[in-house]
Amino acid sequence: MNLKLIAEIAKALLLARWRQSLVAAVGVTFSIAMFIALLGFMNGLNGLLDGLMLNRTPHVRLYNDIQPNPNQPVNQSEAYKGGHNFIQSIKSSGGRVSLYNNAAIMQAVKADPRVLGLAPKISAPVLYNAGTIDITGTVSGIEVAAESRLFAFADYMSAGKAIDLKNVSNSIILGQGVANKLLAEIGDVVQVTTSKGEQLPLKVVGFYQSGMKAQDDVQSYASIATAQKLLGEANNYITDIQVKLYDLTQAPAVAKEYAQRFQVDAVDIQTANADFETGSSVRSLISYVVGVVLLIVAGFGIYNILNMMIYEKMDTIAILKATGFSGSDVRKVFLGIAITIGILGGLAGLIFGFLVSLLIDQVPFTTASLPTVTTYPIDYNPIYYAIGLLFSLITTYLAGVFPARKASRVDPVVIIRGK
Amino acid sequence: MMQKTVLQSEHINKYFRDPVKVQVLKDITISVNQGEFVAVTGKSGCGKSTLLYILSTMDTDYEGDLRIDGDLMLGKTEPQLAKIRNEKIGFVFQFHYLLNEFSVLKNVMLPGLKLRKLSEEELKHKAMERLKMLGIEAMAPKMAYRLSGGEKQRVAIARALINDPLIIMGDEPTGNLDKKNGDIVFDLFKQLCEEFNQTLLIVTHDQTFAENTHRIIEMEDGRIIG
Repeated sequence: MNLKLIAEIAKALLLARWRQSLVAAVGVTFSIAMFIALLGFMNGLNGLLDGLMLNRTPHVRLYNDIQPNPNQPVNQSEAYKGGHNFIQSIKSSGGRVSLYNNAAIMQAVKADPRVLGLAPKISAPVLYNAGTIDITGTVSGIEVAAESRLFAFADYMSAGKAIDLKNVSNSIILGQGVANKLLAEIGDVVQVTTSKGEQLPLKVVGFYQSGMKAQDDVQSYASIATAQKLLGEANNYITDIQVKLYDLTQAPAVAKEYAQRFQVDAVDIQTANADFETGSSVRSLISYVVGVVLLIVAGFGIYNILNMMIYEKMDTIAILKATGFSGSDVRKVFLGIAITIGILGGLAGLIFGFLVSLLIDQVPFTTASLPTVTTYPIDYNPIYYAIGLLFSLITTYLAGVFPARKASRVDPVVIIRGK
Repeated sequence: MMQKTVLQSEHINKYFRDPVKVQVLKDITISVNQGEFVAVTGKSGCGKSTLLYILSTMDTDYEGDLRIDGDLMLGKTEPQLAKIRNEKIGFVFQFHYLLNEFSVLKNVMLPGLKLRKLSEEELKHKAMERLKMLGIEAMAPKMAYRLSGGEKQRVAIARALINDPLIIMGDEPTGNLDKKNGDIVFDLFKQLCEEFNQTLLIVTHDQTFAENTHRIIEMEDGRIIG
């Protein structure tokens, strides 16, 4: 096909009514810019809010739950095997919360290609001693490097350095709420009593603020070795293995598999936080809907302008047809006009959307629960820009199809004789 | 020498269906030979323009056979007919019908660019030759809407000539021009016919114009009467 000639004719018609074309393109630009800014902002917020939880939640957590033995002796007895046994007052058995043979499990998990990484953890219930009062709380023994890498631990430090947990022996990072109650400052020594009655002085090397007050009021962190010392356990004592996967959606399957393979309890993130996705997806949906509505409005603008252009250019269409251009050539000309408006308007919209995003990114936004965030969060994910451009092409194409078809059906005889 | 038949119609009937069925063309059988300069005349409403649009393939709603260059038009698709118009027919209308968005040169070149037989450079050269022949080569770079009526009509003739058509069809090509410009256009047609053996089929109600052609087809009430 003679695309060059058709493009040339489309260009000439476009420029002949450049003001109208510009208005149409500005409509697309505006909607795409809004679409990009809205989506970037919404998803930035989503990322921030999800991050509050997602960043610090393992995709799969391996642990030993305290629960009654599902395999009660009466069920194993040959004599009563066929009956339905009612057992009352069952107590949970086995206080062993440590993971048996955890070094081997960690090695096996690390070797799994689906796994991004893992971090061992020890949970120790403690009392913080402040003068005459004791505050209940939990100290988590963590491997600070792995925890920072996988669960953004360092991002939530409100003071001090996370790595000091490893570098300074017998050190502790206090939750902000705990620190406030203890009136502790960095470099102070706090007394911690474990549930078994052991007391240990720990040096404060930093404060941690997760953004969830209920957690910050009880939670503190120490190194694995310190936590083991707190509990008086050997250095192979681990209560949790936190696994982060490459693909979050595989978590339920992986959890199931590990539970069976390692004979431990495993919980996946979807089960642990069933509703976390709902809020994000609704917010995303709203931004997409608003963006698409804006684009549809812009599409009607293009439709109108093309229709007007066709009425104005009836003579041109008739003469093109009389001199040997077929209906499909004429249709291509007008589709070309629509798509040109879409591409140019869309590209300008992407640029403006990016600029608006940059602007929003500069607006101060401070919240006590997020120490590392100082301005509104923006997600600059290129996928939104691709979607925006695609949407602008689709809407302008659809807006162009009907006028173009109308143009292709113009009967030159009617126009020429009508003069 | 027996001249080749360029255009032939056999028993063409045409009806207007809206609002009531009216027969506007009745059993039209004509043939035009290579190199002929034919005028179709008749009173307003006699169907001469309707006939021209059927002969030009733009109107396909008729009964009967139409052959252009020996080729039957019946049953051809719209793009095929467009190609035939592009290649074999040159048009000159009562109103200039130049594309105002383009320069004069581009207007002349457009049907050629569509045909793609010649490269753009060759076409440009050819278009300039045609414009020179019609004495308006100085207008080539101007935008089409800046020309006077007579100039526009000459540009339209140049455009009709660009693909070396088999036949040039005109619908009242002098109808909108003053005497002087009308004469210029007529002389051009005459010259094309005599010097280049160009076939011409011109609808006109201008008696002096018609009388100077080779052959007059007179129509009345949808019939050929002479």
